[in-house]
Amino acid sequence: MEQILANGVYLGSQYAMIALGLTLIFALMNVLNFAHGQMYVIGGFVTYTFYGQWGVPFVLALVMSCVTLAILGALIERYLFAPVIKGSAREESTMLLAAGIAFFLDALILIVFGEKQRGVPKIVDGVFNYDFRLIMPYDRILICILAILSIVAFIGLMQYTKTGRALRALAQDRTAAQLMGVNVDRYSMIGFALGAMLAGLVGGLLVTITGVNLGMGGPTSIKAFMMVMIGGAGVISGAIWGGIILGFMEAFGLAYLAQYGDITYLLIFISLMIFLAIRPQGLMGKPWG
Amino acid sequence: MMMGFSKKQLVGVGVFLVAIFVGVPLLINMTGRWDFYFTLTSVALLAIASAGVWLTFYIGRINIGQGAFALIGAYVSAILVVKAGWSFWISLPAAGLIAGLVAVLIGLPILRLRGVYFAMITLVLTQVVTLTALALPITNGAKGISNIPLPSGASIFGIPLIPDFGAMENTKLAFYLTACILMVVTYAALYRLVNSRLGHLCRSMQQNEELASSIGVNIAYIRIVIFAISSFFGGIGGAMFGSIAQSVYPSTFVVADSVNFMLNCFLGGLGYVFGPILGTLVLYFGWDLLFELGKYQMLVYSIILIAVIRFLPNGLLSIRFGKGNNK
Repeated sequence: MEQILANGVYLGSQYAMIALGLTLIFALMNVLNFAHGQMYVIGGFVTYTFYGQWGVPFVLALVMSCVTLAILGALIERYLFAPVIKGSAREESTMLLAAGIAFFLDALILIVFGEKQRGVPKIVDGVFNYDFRLIMPYDRILICILAILSIVAFIGLMQYTKTGRALRALAQDRTAAQLMGVNVDRYSMIGFALGAMLAGLVGGLLVTITGVNLGMGGPTSIKAFMMVMIGGAGVISGAIWGGIILGFMEAFGLAYLAQYGDITYLLIFISLMIFLAIRPQGLMGKPWG
Repeated sequence: MMMGFSKKQLVGVGVFLVAIFVGVPLLINMTGRWDFYFTLTSVALLAIASAGVWLTFYIGRINIGQGAFALIGAYVSAILVVKAGWSFWISLPAAGLIAGLVAVLIGLPILRLRGVYFAMITLVLTQVVTLTALALPITNGAKGISNIPLPSGASIFGIPLIPDFGAMENTKLAFYLTACILMVVTYAALYRLVNSRLGHLCRSMQQNEELASSIGVNIAYIRIVIFAISSFFGGIGGAMFGSIAQSVYPSTFVVADSVNFMLNCFLGGLGYVFGPILGTLVLYFGWDLLFELGKYQMLVYSIILIAVIRFLPNGLLSIRFGKGNNK
């Protein structure tokens, strides 16, 4: 039991970070970022290249992942999403664009990094063992702590800085924020960059444990969508709850249902449908987002 | 209503029908590019499934779950033919109906969602159907169902209606014609539906569901009906696809296919009934033509896709070639 709970915390903290980036982008621009999983994979590959290939210290490699993805996100927002949102008759056109970008990033990853599964050497050796009831490698614990610290830092940023206030204002009401003198274009770009950066950061953190490969992008996006739906789209606290809940459901599912085959996700989905039938806007969401 | 076609529209439809049923076979015979039959057959079938996605767009829902229903259709038809020994031609409507039935069951809860929520859950749905196909015993897991026999002949009171595909020398042409007939019927039905009373009600829902509901439109009923019809198309397309490939695997239709169905509709333009045909043709043919680029295929393809949406955010048909264009 302790083991399952620990696994849940570990999975949940990573998932929450992925969902946070997705929900941030959604809240700010009403864009469903299909390419989120691909951004996560790129983050993983950047850390792999710096830390695994060139022997740069891990923390520096993580920073490089963040910087790369932030720049990428900013460019994508500035030159693709912003003009399309302005010129399109229907808001949904951004979805086509997002899907196109997901394909593009997949192709880019294939050409730059290849299709092989990549891993890096462990950052910390050793296994934490509490009476054989709770066994957890130290690197997992470290990653988990780093993830929680990042989430705390992100919430701090959103709550207590000028940028964070501007972003929250933007998410609440775009027009009103603009009337209050928030530079909407600039903060949209910052917000998108921040969301992409979070994806890159998780990718960089997780490459030390699960490694990284080309095919991880799509399934990661799907998981992120599920978490956002559980918590409610566009709500920061909802994304964190969604991540934690999905993490725990997966941990319990793997522990108790693995013997019946691969049905964990089936059950998670069915429960999600029942849940959404009762509460369509998710745990924390506004009705009809 | 059916009398309301303008002369130009009739000519347009005529030209289109002659082109696909006479022009294409002639051209292929002349050039000897027999592989185009397979490409065009796929386009026709994918266009059928895309028609369903377009229809859900018509009530203002973004449907990224058509791959799920195509997969359901493919499996239903395969299981009925292989395990129950049905004729393919009976299993085809059965596949559509079962896909529609599943859509009703799943639609009851999820059609209450709107906008991005609906889009996300339908996307997840595709993944779930793939997982279900992997987990259930009747679908044979990852091995899938292979060696599906070619469609047999069908006759009523001894009069042959459809020849036996197994006895044919050239099934490519037969499959192409079948797929085209199905596509034409689908789009005729779609056109009729859009221009019917139901179509008007759908348009009222697309603009504002609350308003539509307040003037007495039964929105809950209409969205279920539309979603079921949409999934029926998906099931038909998928079943036919499985029959041509003679095999079904859980990976026959995956999330990327669902996204592609949606892209077909977007690219063709959501305001045009025949948009999905054009969108499917352009996307699928474009993908096929870029095949020679090897590992750069995806890169070039996605760059073109991004460029199109960047500069034509309202779909290909939003460029006006003149009014005779909407066939």
